Amino acid sequence: MTVLPVAPRATTDPSAGRASRPAGARGRDWRMALEIVGFTAPALLLFAVFVVWPILRAVQFSVYRWKGFGPLVDFVGLQNYVSVLTDDVFTGAVGHNLLIVVLSILVQLPLGLAIALLLNRRMRGQGVLRTIIFVPYVLSEVIAGVVWFQLLQPGRGVVETLLGTVGLEGPFQGFLGTPELAMPTLIVVLTWKYVGLAVLLFLAGLQGVPAELSEAAQIDGATWWQTQWRVTIPLLGPTIRMWAFLSMIGSLQLFDMVWILTGGGPANATTTMATFLVNEGTKRQNYGIAAAASVVLFVIALVMALLYQRFVLRRDTDDADVVRGVR
Amino acid sequence: MKMTRALSLMASGGLVLTLAACGGDGGEEVDEGGSTGGGAAAGDTTITWWHNSNTGEGLEYYQQLADDFAEENGITIQVEAMQHEDMLTQLDAAFQAGDAPDIYMERGGGELADHVEAGLTRDLTEDAAEEIELLGGTVQGWTVEDRVYALPFSVGVVGFWYNTEMFEEAGITEPPATWDEMYEAIDQLKAAGMEPISVGAGDGWPAAHYWYQFALRHCAEDVLTSAVQSLDFSDQCFISAGEDVERLIAAEPFNRGFLSTPAQSGPTSASGLLATEQVAMEMQGHWEPGVMAGLTEDGEGLGDKLGWFPFPQVEGGQGDPEAQLGGGDAWGVSADAPDEAVDFVRFLLSDEVQRGFAERDMGLPTNPNVGDAVQDPALAGLLEVRDSAPYVQLYFDTAFVQSVGGAMNDAIELMFAGQATPQDIVADTQAAADSAG
Repeated sequence: MTVLPVAPRATTDPSAGRASRPAGARGRDWRMALEIVGFTAPALLLFAVFVVWPILRAVQFSVYRWKGFGPLVDFVGLQNYVSVLTDDVFTGAVGHNLLIVVLSILVQLPLGLAIALLLNRRMRGQGVLRTIIFVPYVLSEVIAGVVWFQLLQPGRGVVETLLGTVGLEGPFQGFLGTPELAMPTLIVVLTWKYVGLAVLLFLAGLQGVPAELSEAAQIDGATWWQTQWRVTIPLLGPTIRMWAFLSMIGSLQLFDMVWILTGGGPANATTTMATFLVNEGTKRQNYGIAAAASVVLFVIALVMALLYQRFVLRRDTDDADVVRGVR
Repeated sequence: MKMTRALSLMASGGLVLTLAACGGDGGEEVDEGGSTGGGAAAGDTTITWWHNSNTGEGLEYYQQLADDFAEENGITIQVEAMQHEDMLTQLDAAFQAGDAPDIYMERGGGELADHVEAGLTRDLTEDAAEEIELLGGTVQGWTVEDRVYALPFSVGVVGFWYNTEMFEEAGITEPPATWDEMYEAIDQLKAAGMEPISVGAGDGWPAAHYWYQFALRHCAEDVLTSAVQSLDFSDQCFISAGEDVERLIAAEPFNRGFLSTPAQSGPTSASGLLATEQVAMEMQGHWEPGVMAGLTEDGEGLGDKLGWFPFPQVEGGQGDPEAQLGGGDAWGVSADAPDEAVDFVRFLLSDEVQRGFAERDMGLPTNPNVGDAVQDPALAGLLEVRDSAPYVQLYFDTAFVQSVGGAMNDAIELMFAGQATPQDIVADTQAAADSAG
């Protein structure tokens, strides 16, 4: 290893333009450094102010009992973490988040793939259909939530009126007010909202699948279905794994849609970690407990993200390294 | 080539800076765009005022008052009218950031005591001595250690608002005075094919008010007073309150989907259901007529069909049968607000403004000179009950610190969902009180 640096130097670039290299390189290095600093500073600054600083503050708040105003004086150590982790509502919320993570992937993956494969075929109105699928994702989450809230009004909403025309009656507390139905209803709305993203990413991934491969498979006598299953979907792997990662992080941090549709209710049936901490903070003014919950949420999300990158995304990133190495 | 690259770099860097500068300017412009009143006459002093009369006549009236006062005094008043729940959330955030509005709504109780302790609110004892004298005992709820920190402008009690026509149709001649009569009325309304009561259990507190009311009927005054001080909820009367709520829920008087019904936002909220004649009654505070007016297209709410009766009597309760659950809103001034803010608050309590406030059914005036201005017969009846009550118990969630009140409300909400017993409510409340210690 120690010999290596010498070797390239021995065969220094023969071109005349490089004769003044030391001075020019220093100038370039300096300019390069300035360029890097100049371009990354705004982003780094924003990151520091809006991500790093709040996280540090949250950690600080989480070891105090604090009502949200006045000085931080009542140091309680890890007591807030104990109350959060022993609170049935919080552990229930963690369960809900994990359920949403799993169900989002289980429901949206096959659905998104199916729609993407269908939309990838040449057909009339392809553009329109793609747009329709993608519109819910573009819609503001709050607006979508309010619209669904109105559609799902118990007894008077569009959904129950439609059910009524075929002779069915909605539950007395409505779909969002019945503890057993609130979570499934939420999953349906989330699927409607986010399947568009999966479809969009999968469609983009499908563009990267060379047509020659499917053609070759077809020549070998593969059916359309076999072609998709054996050729296309395996090649979509990296896209699917990246989408699942985004979906997982989004599900862990889920807040807006739940807050608008149910507020975490009824009877804590749809509480997520995010609604729990907002409720503890703004409604009960237990900012210390809310901060502890936010740190727990952060750690859970971080650990899951790291594990996922280590064990699932590694294949893709390793591949990338190999490619770079070849070059 | 290098030159062009450097130039384009500089150009794009400049663009970023310009954009950033635009962003900053834009933000300020928005702030100024939000300012109202004063117009050309606006001076250097700017007062911010947050209130929750965000619908109908009340909104216009407050805007007008602010504009007039600003022009007369050469100041600027920034008015922010917000929906009630939004306002509470924003106020918490504002106090947290140390950037509270100059004039804001203060609800008294444990919350005010916290604000005073943290030095966030201005002592008005001397600056508004005249108004405090006029308001008399009403300021008691906003007094901490003999100093007055806010001027109550509307104090009311919680009772049942009902649709007189629907009651008549169902054959109910007299508003129920006891719970036996109430259950009878509920049966009659159901038999007539109507939904008897709407409750915004989705927001929690409207459901919790039922438990407060039963506790007020079951618990003697000294038990309640000492509970507020010592946070001790071991008295049997708190269990009895829960049992009565349980019995009421079992009678199924509430509107379809009440667990997810919001209190007062939108026509499908509990107030909206009463205003649009979908239910016969709702238990709610004195602000109900104003809220309902904002939720109907003609701005009338229920109009002359609206009636009011106090919470019915409970047999065998230890509480004073005339005592009422209630509370009010006061104008507080934040600690670093300019003196003009105090002047404006005093102006808001003047005979003239309180009369206008009462005439628009925006609430129940506290200024004793204008009691006769309350024209709505339902509100006038409520005012009579308020003034003859031996004491008005502040809503529990306000009287206690928020961490205790919040736990209490959440437990009561669970009972409405059939997932908590009377013992659970007391236990959850006590646990929150002990850890708030």
